[in-house]
Amino acid sequence: MNYFDLFQFTPAFDINTAQLADRYRDLQRAVHPDKFAHESEQQKLLSVQRTAQINDGYQTLKTPLLRAEHILSLRGLELSHETTTLKDTRFLMQQMEWREALEDINHSSEPQDLIDSLYDSFADFEKNLFTHLTQLLAKDNQADNLLAADQIRKLKFMAKLQDELSRIEDKLLD
Amino acid sequence: MAYSEKVIDHYENPRNVGSFEKDDPSVVTGMVGAPACGDVMKLQLKIDDAGIIEDAKFKTYGCGSAIASSSLVTEWVKGKTVDEAAAIKNADIAEELALPPVKIHCSILAEDAIKAAIDEYKTKNK
Repeated sequence: MNYFDLFQFTPAFDINTAQLADRYRDLQRAVHPDKFAHESEQQKLLSVQRTAQINDGYQTLKTPLLRAEHILSLRGLELSHETTTLKDTRFLMQQMEWREALEDINHSSEPQDLIDSLYDSFADFEKNLFTHLTQLLAKDNQADNLLAADQIRKLKFMAKLQDELSRIEDKLLD
Repeated sequence: MAYSEKVIDHYENPRNVGSFEKDDPSVVTGMVGAPACGDVMKLQLKIDDAGIIEDAKFKTYGCGSAIASSSLVTEWVKGKTVDEAAAIKNADIAEELALPPVKIHCSILAEDAIKAAIDEYKTKNK
């Protein structure tokens, strides 16, 4: 399924998200199951399936990391269920250090300061990865697609770090 | 999902957690990560002049299965030669810990950590 086609976009990493939201609403309205209340069972089922597809497509295109993964998948590189191991030592050392910093938050006398500074560090690092990813995806050749896949893998680690951090922050505020 | 008793044992009493002195020339490090779940694993091997693994330590951020897999391999590699350790397969780890299919990637990560550490050893000793 090509979600860019579904939402009438040219496959690209940079898309107009306001336009995406508009088209999502239009598509959703057109296939809404209520409209098919008096139709055959088959029509009703079809409308439910279409709605699910439109929702999946919207989530995929709306979320930058999923959108990038979808682009690579359309180019024949499937990342969603892979068990590939990342071996970039420098990157992983940094991940370790950040995980250790997350552990330190609970023992810190100024936990909120530490949390804020970690949010900033994560955001900076993530921004660089996204900038690089955007450039690589624009090139659309096999070597650069493979490099783009590596950026996506690294961004998944960043997403995990941010999840952990917000979980710790929530706990602290309880 | 229920963890096996062996996983719980390693998770609650992990063996050989920690790090060796960074500057120890007999120590090599394997760093690996699993993008799907964000797990990060560091495995360090202390290898003597004869190529025997004297000691091993690990540090893992991840789920119970990832911690158990790395804890188990630190026990297994001790006393082995580098080549014997390199022959450890993820299937052996998964079988010993009775890992369910969705956690097989944790054992793959542990196998890859041994391989990464031994790669560093081989590069160092060329």
